Amino acid sequence: MKIFPLTLLPNDANINFMRLRWASITLAALLMFGAIGAMAFKGFNYALDFTGGALVEVRTDQPVDIDDIRKDLGKQGYDSAQVQTYGSGNELLVRLQPREGESSTQATTHAKEAVTRALTTAGATNPHILRSEFVGPQIGRELARNGAYALAFVVIGFLFYIAFRFQRKFALAAIIATLHDVVVVAGWFAITGHEFDLTVLAGVLSVMGYSINDTIVVFDRVRENFRGMRASPYEVLNKSVNQTLSRTVITSFVAFLTVLALYIYGGGSLRGMAESQIIGIIVGTLSSIFVACPLLLWFGVTKQDLLPKAQDEAALARRP
Amino acid sequence: MLTFPRWKYFAILLVLILSTLYALPNAYPLDPSVQVTAARAGGVAIDKALRDRVAAELTKAHITADSVAIESKDNLLVRLPDPNVQTRAADMLRPLLGGDYVVALSLAPTAPKWLDWFGAKPMPRGLDLQGGVHFAMEVDQKAAIDKRMDAFQEDIRATFREKRILYSSVSRTGPATIGITLKEGADNDKAQNELRRMFPTYQVGGEATRLAITVPDAGLRQLATEAIEQNLTTLRNRVNNLGVAEPVIQRQGTDRVVIQLPGLQDTAEAKRQIGATATLEFRAVVGDEAQAAAALADNRVPPDARIYYDQFHRPLLLSKRLLVSGDQLVNAVPGIDAQRGVPNVSITLDSTGGQRMLDHTIDNVGNRLGIVYVERIPETKIVDGKEVHSSRIDERVISSSTIQGVFGKDFQTTGLSREEAQSLAKQLKAGALAAPMSFVEERVVGPSLGAENVKRGTTAVLYSFLFALGFFLLYYRMFGLITCLSLLLNLLMVIAVMSLPFIGATMSLPGFAGLALTVGMSVDANVLINERIREELRAGMPPQAAIATGYDRASGTIFDSNMTALLAGLALLLFGTGPLKGFALTMIIGILTSVFTAVTVSRAMATLVYGGRRKPKSIAI
Repeated sequence: MKIFPLTLLPNDANINFMRLRWASITLAALLMFGAIGAMAFKGFNYALDFTGGALVEVRTDQPVDIDDIRKDLGKQGYDSAQVQTYGSGNELLVRLQPREGESSTQATTHAKEAVTRALTTAGATNPHILRSEFVGPQIGRELARNGAYALAFVVIGFLFYIAFRFQRKFALAAIIATLHDVVVVAGWFAITGHEFDLTVLAGVLSVMGYSINDTIVVFDRVRENFRGMRASPYEVLNKSVNQTLSRTVITSFVAFLTVLALYIYGGGSLRGMAESQIIGIIVGTLSSIFVACPLLLWFGVTKQDLLPKAQDEAALARRP
Repeated sequence: MLTFPRWKYFAILLVLILSTLYALPNAYPLDPSVQVTAARAGGVAIDKALRDRVAAELTKAHITADSVAIESKDNLLVRLPDPNVQTRAADMLRPLLGGDYVVALSLAPTAPKWLDWFGAKPMPRGLDLQGGVHFAMEVDQKAAIDKRMDAFQEDIRATFREKRILYSSVSRTGPATIGITLKEGADNDKAQNELRRMFPTYQVGGEATRLAITVPDAGLRQLATEAIEQNLTTLRNRVNNLGVAEPVIQRQGTDRVVIQLPGLQDTAEAKRQIGATATLEFRAVVGDEAQAAAALADNRVPPDARIYYDQFHRPLLLSKRLLVSGDQLVNAVPGIDAQRGVPNVSITLDSTGGQRMLDHTIDNVGNRLGIVYVERIPETKIVDGKEVHSSRIDERVISSSTIQGVFGKDFQTTGLSREEAQSLAKQLKAGALAAPMSFVEERVVGPSLGAENVKRGTTAVLYSFLFALGFFLLYYRMFGLITCLSLLLNLLMVIAVMSLPFIGATMSLPGFAGLALTVGMSVDANVLINERIREELRAGMPPQAAIATGYDRASGTIFDSNMTALLAGLALLLFGTGPLKGFALTMIIGILTSVFTAVTVSRAMATLVYGGRRKPKSIAI
């Protein structure tokens, strides 16, 4: 009798993931170094939030030529203005640095005037400012610092929590897998040159939550199996990954669908965040299977690591 | 075997009812409206006469309002059909009603009154959803401390004069120290005691003729904090003059103030009002114009005086001693001088300022009193590729008239143009900033973009739900339905919790992302349970036992995995700024409620369907 009508994976999955451990860890390491290299040599395309400067978003009745706009802005004293088009080509996003000697009070007013003037010169009718921003340079520095604090907080928090609920080796393996995911997602933004703004930073940090969540579920099963199975760590790990495989795939698939909805329907401001989460969910799922568990094996996890009794005996032995 | 305590069913029912109740106000649209309130508390009455007058003016201007009514105490609300009419109505009413009223654009809730009885209110919307202006201003801490240190020196001089302690100089000798040189034979101990009495928390030391006061780091921090707190009060007054329905003025960190003005679009005017740093200083005039010119010519300015210029750039010597400063002003009203017919400003000082003015005028009838108009103009320069903030101080003597008689806290000043008098009065009334501030961030979102963002956000959340629900229904059948229902309750609960007034959440675009992500994360608990049940069934367990074991075994995993996700959310909440906090808050609430809905609510439903005495042969999962 077939009681389950729909399955994404065979119920009795028995893939030997651990045999692939050297290949998978090497691949993960390569990905990570590639991402770090991209961040170091190419760097991020930081958004206004981090660099400071002025931004104007305009809508016009018909598409305009962005080269004309850029040239005209150059003539008005904005040399390195970035002009992008959105939507059907009639929405423009202009980023520029304030002109020399301009006070923060005047920066946006002047930027708005310059953009409107450039658009009118380019023949656009009815330019209409949707949004304008000015961010001072000190804000960006603070954001970067807070981002680093948040990262440190999460890493230390995870380490302590997992070490407390599981064991040190689990904590280390989980943290490495999670940091791998964060680095790869950040590296993706460095390689593609997609804009890195505040919401992307939030996306990257929430990827940590997602990725660790995935790893913990597998580890939880590992812990359970270590207690209940008489088998080598190699077999226990393989069995645990296989047992949780369908859950891992389904959860990730649904999470992927929800973030996809965000990417498709959320509009420009949320696209970066959704993108970071899409990549993060894919990488996070793979890393919990292919990185976290092999690492655990590599660190030499044993049944004794998880038996509270063993620790009690050690404590007893220390007593006089 | 598969049982569920009855009281828990009732608890779930209660949660469902409460969640619906508190989430409901968000379902009602907001009316574009114009809000009329009194500019000062108890100033003018918001009554039926005003209502009738506003209604009549609207009819005269051919504006059809949906309603004109006093909806809550001291608050007249004109509901209008669309944002264009809203702006027109506000622009028309503002000059008609004059300065005694604040006419502001606002979005009025349309939720029925009975929801109000439960304190159920719609979640306030962030600027990215309703349009408006966001400013961040930074206090120049160094200038704030400088200003206070200058005042300390002045206080020391005055006290020493009063106590007859002879000194030859009081001057700033370091960033946090004031050095005092006493005259030969002056009583060092007496001076030290006096200083300790004046500054009990500062370090006072020195011997023979030299004394020094050092402000400890804690003291400096205190001075900076006081300055920003004082600025906050001043900014509140200034923002009130702008006519915005629900402004947010908050301190952020140690040296920043965030101002949010929903509905406002004209940043130039707002910045002029908020960032204005004009103030008045009252100083005694030393000598006359001829002496000033002579002093300037041979470069011999008396040690207690300084050269100032008036609007025609004529020099004048004024005392270095600040008699009364702008922050001692209570009120300033522009008007016309009855005798001479020139514009004037009637000024009222606070009691300290009034006392000082009285003391000075008693001794100085017939002498001249100088009034200096001081404006600080912030400037940004690029030096070596770095932005350097500085400010230029524009000082101008606006009046140097002879003191005709003794006066205290009420007097008038002339010498300004009509516009200047009016603008000065406005700025003085709003108060002077204790320390100069500069704009470090400005974001303006147009109302049309705000409306689009609301649409995009709701569409994104809707589809993320549809995708998830669709998948679960197909994949888990009956348990899919149970999962879907608990996901929906989860959404309802998150919105309800976020709408609770004491949570203080604001809905923003990242908040929508948080809602969508909550779906993505919270399905995990349900999947864990469902997969576990399937596993137990495969292992050959009877259906009811499989369900019970599935729920029990999954709970531990759910706890651990959600705790770690919670940590990540917490980090974002602690270190994130502005809209990110909204995102993090949504995520945290979502994680907490999802544990409840997945573990408790879905189990209740599963027990309802499959529990009881009849033992199902198979279950649809």
